[in-house]
Amino acid sequence: MQTNFSLAQLADPGVAEAEKILRSCVHCGFCTATCPTYVTLGNELDSPRGRIYLMKDMLENDRPADEDTVKHIDRCLSCLSCMTTCPSGVHYMHLVDHARVHIEETYKRPFINRMTRNMLTRILPYRDRFAFATRLSVLGKPFASLFDKVTPLKPIAAMLRLAPSKIYGKTEFTSPGSFKPEKQTQGRVTILTGCAQPALDAGINKATIELLNRVGVEVVLPEGEGCCGALVHHMGKEHQALESAKNNVRIWHEEIEKNGLDAIIVTTSGCGTTIKDYGFMLRNDAEWAERAAKVSSLAMDISEYLVLKELPAPNDTGEMVIAYHAACSLQHGQQVKSPPKDLLKAAGFKVKEAPESHLCCGSAGTYNIMQPEIAGQLRERKVKNIESTKPQAIAAGNIGCLTQIGSGTDIPTVHTIKLLNWAYGGEKPEELSNIL
Amino acid sequence: MTATEMTSETSSGIQMPKPDQAILARREEIVSALKAIVPGEGVVDNETEMRPFETDGFLAYRFMPLAVVLPETTEQIAQVLKYLAQEGVPVIPRGAGTSLSGGAIPQEDAVIVGLSRMIKILDTNYENRTLTVQAGATNLSISDAVASDGFFYAPDPSSQLACSIGGNIGMNSGGAHCLKYGVTTNNLLGVKMVLIDGTVVEIGGEHLDAPGLDLLGIICGSEGQLGIVTEATVRLIAKPAGARPVMFGFDTSEDAGACVADIIGTGIVPVAIEFMDKPAIDICEAFAKAGYPMDVNALLIVEVEGSDEEMDDMLARIVTIAKRHKVKVVKESQSATEAALIWKGRKSAFGATGRIADYICMDGTVPLGQLPHVLNETARIVESYGLRVANVFHAGDGNMHPLILYNINDPIEAQKAEDCGMDLLKLCVDAGGCLTGEHGVGIEKRDLMLYQYTQEDLDQQMAVRAAFDPEWILNPSKVFPFEARGNERPATGNA
Repeated sequence: MQTNFSLAQLADPGVAEAEKILRSCVHCGFCTATCPTYVTLGNELDSPRGRIYLMKDMLENDRPADEDTVKHIDRCLSCLSCMTTCPSGVHYMHLVDHARVHIEETYKRPFINRMTRNMLTRILPYRDRFAFATRLSVLGKPFASLFDKVTPLKPIAAMLRLAPSKIYGKTEFTSPGSFKPEKQTQGRVTILTGCAQPALDAGINKATIELLNRVGVEVVLPEGEGCCGALVHHMGKEHQALESAKNNVRIWHEEIEKNGLDAIIVTTSGCGTTIKDYGFMLRNDAEWAERAAKVSSLAMDISEYLVLKELPAPNDTGEMVIAYHAACSLQHGQQVKSPPKDLLKAAGFKVKEAPESHLCCGSAGTYNIMQPEIAGQLRERKVKNIESTKPQAIAAGNIGCLTQIGSGTDIPTVHTIKLLNWAYGGEKPEELSNIL
Repeated sequence: MTATEMTSETSSGIQMPKPDQAILARREEIVSALKAIVPGEGVVDNETEMRPFETDGFLAYRFMPLAVVLPETTEQIAQVLKYLAQEGVPVIPRGAGTSLSGGAIPQEDAVIVGLSRMIKILDTNYENRTLTVQAGATNLSISDAVASDGFFYAPDPSSQLACSIGGNIGMNSGGAHCLKYGVTTNNLLGVKMVLIDGTVVEIGGEHLDAPGLDLLGIICGSEGQLGIVTEATVRLIAKPAGARPVMFGFDTSEDAGACVADIIGTGIVPVAIEFMDKPAIDICEAFAKAGYPMDVNALLIVEVEGSDEEMDDMLARIVTIAKRHKVKVVKESQSATEAALIWKGRKSAFGATGRIADYICMDGTVPLGQLPHVLNETARIVESYGLRVANVFHAGDGNMHPLILYNINDPIEAQKAEDCGMDLLKLCVDAGGCLTGEHGVGIEKRDLMLYQYTQEDLDQQMAVRAAFDPEWILNPSKVFPFEARGNERPATGNA
C-alpha cells in the first residue's frame, strides 16, 4: 500500500522496517477471516487489516499513541494467524512489535492498567517471584468475583482464577548442570529452562531432559540463563526485552564457543518465537547482532529437534485418543505444524485435530489476564471445538495454552513432550492418572 | 476537530462528488441518532478509527466516511436506513471490504453500513439443499459449515476466505468453479432486503424460480444501489465423487488461449479452466509451492470432477485437444494435499503479487475466440506504458484479470497504471466483451460505462435504480458516470 514517510522518519531503522512491511500489504483483507478477534467482535478495527491501517496512520504522522489506537492494538493477541494467511508476506509481527514500543513510549495508560502491567512485568519473568505470587494468590481466589465487578480490576480477577493450586519450586531440572546420556552422546543441546513454566509444571523440563538423554543427547543447563523476554517484548517494553535477550545470547553464545551446542531447545513455544527473533531484535546493535543471529539460528522447538532424531520403538500406551492443540506461537509464529502431530502418531497415539485449529485459545502470554472477556470467549470456542473430537486428553506445546484450555474443560491437558517421554520409556504423566 | 477537516489524500483520476456541506455540518446530530439505534461499539465516529474504513481492496482510492455503523440485526439496519433516507444522508453498504472496484469506498458525506457483525448461519436444509445465512458471513463459511455433510456452495471468488455473501450478491461474484456451476445469480434463491425507507422485504425463497418479475435477478449485481441485503438463501450442491486439477503447460500464451477456446468449442465443460502466464506462475509458486511447472510460459489449470471413469474420459479428450495446441507439460495432482496447494496458489495470486509490486487488477470479459488476440494486445499495451503485467484469470469464462504491476508511491507510474488499465478494459469491449466479469463497476469502471453502453441503455438502468431509490441515497457515486446522469440524478451530493 501507499506510504507517506519523510526521509527523516525513515532514518530510524525501526520506522524504515515498518515502512517496508506496510509497502508489502495490498489490503486484500484475507487476514480478517482468520483473526480470532475479528471473528469474535466483527469490527475491522479489531482485525489485522484494520490494525495495520491504525498503525500506519499513527507512525506516518509521528503521532503519540491515542486511547482508540491503543485499545485495538491491545486487543491483538499476537497469535500471528494473519501471517499464516497473508499471501503478500506482510510481517505483521515486526510491525505490531514496533507499534507497541511506540505506544509504550508515547502513551500514558490509565493508572490501574499501568499498575497491572507493571506488576506482571515484575513478577512473571522471574521464577521465584512468580512462584511466591502464585502461592499468595491462592488466598485471594475466593475474592475473584469481587474484582470482576469493577471493570479496570477485571485483570486481577482473571489472574486469581488462573493461578494454579499447585506450584513447583526449584528442581534439579532447572538448576545449572549437565545431563549426560548413559550411552554414547549423539548431540549436545541446551534447553530454555523457563520462568513461569517450571513453576506451573516441573514435569515438562524433566520429561524433555529424560527423553533427550534416552535418545543419546546431552543436555546442558548453563548458569545465568533467564526469561526469554517475550512477555515484556509484547508489552512494548523494549529496553527490558533487549536486556533479557542479551543476557541469554551471552550465556548461550559462551556455551556455543566453549563446548558447542547443536541446538537451543525450547519447550514453551511462545518463548521459541521470541528466541528465534533475537537476531532481528538485535540486528542494529553491532556488539550483539552476530551472536544473536547465531543463537536464533540454533533455536528449535523440541518437536522440530526430535523429529530429526531416530527414536526407538514406542511402548504400548493403549492407543490413547489425543486432541493436538496447535499453539499459535508454534503453528503461526514458528510455522511448525506437522512435527508434533507426526511425533505423537509415531509414538502410538491416536491424534485428532479440532475444527478451527488456526484460532487462538485466548491465552497469548498475559492476554487472558489483560483482556479476560475476549480471552474467555475464545477459550469457550476452543474448548467446544476440541471436545467435539471426543479426546481422552489434550496435548499442546505451550504451557500458556495448557493452563488456559485446562481452565475450561475437565479433559486433562498435557504437554506433548510428556506424552512422548511416556511412550518412549518415561513415566506416565500424572495428568493422565485417571485414564487407564 | 470538525468533520470538514477530514479530507483524504488520493490519486487523482476518478472523481467523487463534492460533499454536501449541510450534511457535514449536522455530523454530530447524525452520529448521536445512529448511536441511539446501534448501541455499544456499533458506531465508529472518530477520525482515527474511521480511517481504516476509507478504502477497500481498491486501495489506490481513499475517501473518509461521515461515520461507520455496524448493526447486529436486520431491524437495526431498517431503522438506520429509514433515518438516513429521511435526512438525505448517502449510505455506503460494506461487506468485508474486499471489493477490487471500490464498491465499498465511502465519501465524506456518507455513512458506511457494515455487515461484519452479521455472520450467523440461520438455517441449513439438506432436504431442499438450501442454506440461509446473514449477509456478512464469508463465502467460505457456507461451504465450511456443510462440508462434513458432503455439500458446498459453488461460487468461489478467489477472496472467498474473506469476502462476504452480501458483497457477492452486490457484485454478482464469480470464481474459478463458476464455469460449470454458474455465478452468484445462478446459486441465489432468495434474499431478505431492507429498502431505502426501512421496509423489510423477502424476495425469492427456497426454490429455484419465483413467479412474477425476476426481482432477484435485478438485485443480484446491483452493487448496493437498490437496498441492503441482510440475509441470503443459497443453493447447496453435493460434492462430486472426486475432483482433479490438472496442469497443462504451454510455450506461449496464444497456444494456451487457443486451447481454451477449442475445449469449450468442442462442448466440453470442465469445472474450471484457469490461466496463468509466466509472471503469475512465478508469483504463485513462490507463495504456495504447489509444484507449478516452471519451464513454461503459460499454464492452464483444468479441473475435472465426477467418478474416476468420468474424469479419465474427460481428461483424455482434453489432452487430445491440448496436444493440437502444442502442450508441453501435462501434470496431474498426485494427492489431495497437492490439489489443495494448486488451488491455494491460484486463489492467492492477487495477494501474493503484493510480494513483488503494487498492482491494480482488471476484470474485463471477452468472447473465448478472442483470447489469443486479447492476450497479445494486453502485452503490447502494457509494454507501451513501460509497465509489467501478470495474467491470471478464469479462462473458461473469458474473464480476464490482468494485474498491472507498478509502484504506488510513484505518482507518475500510478497514473500510467490507471490509464493502462482503462485501455485494457476498452480492449475487452472492442473485442466484443464487456467491462466487468465479476468485480463489479464500483468507482473503478464507472467512467467507462459510456464506452460500453449508449446513453439510452444507461437511462433504462438508472430508471430501474430510481424505482428502488428515487433520491439516490444508496451508494450514489458508483456504477453510473456523472456525465450520464442528467440534472435529476444527483452526482454532486444532495447540495
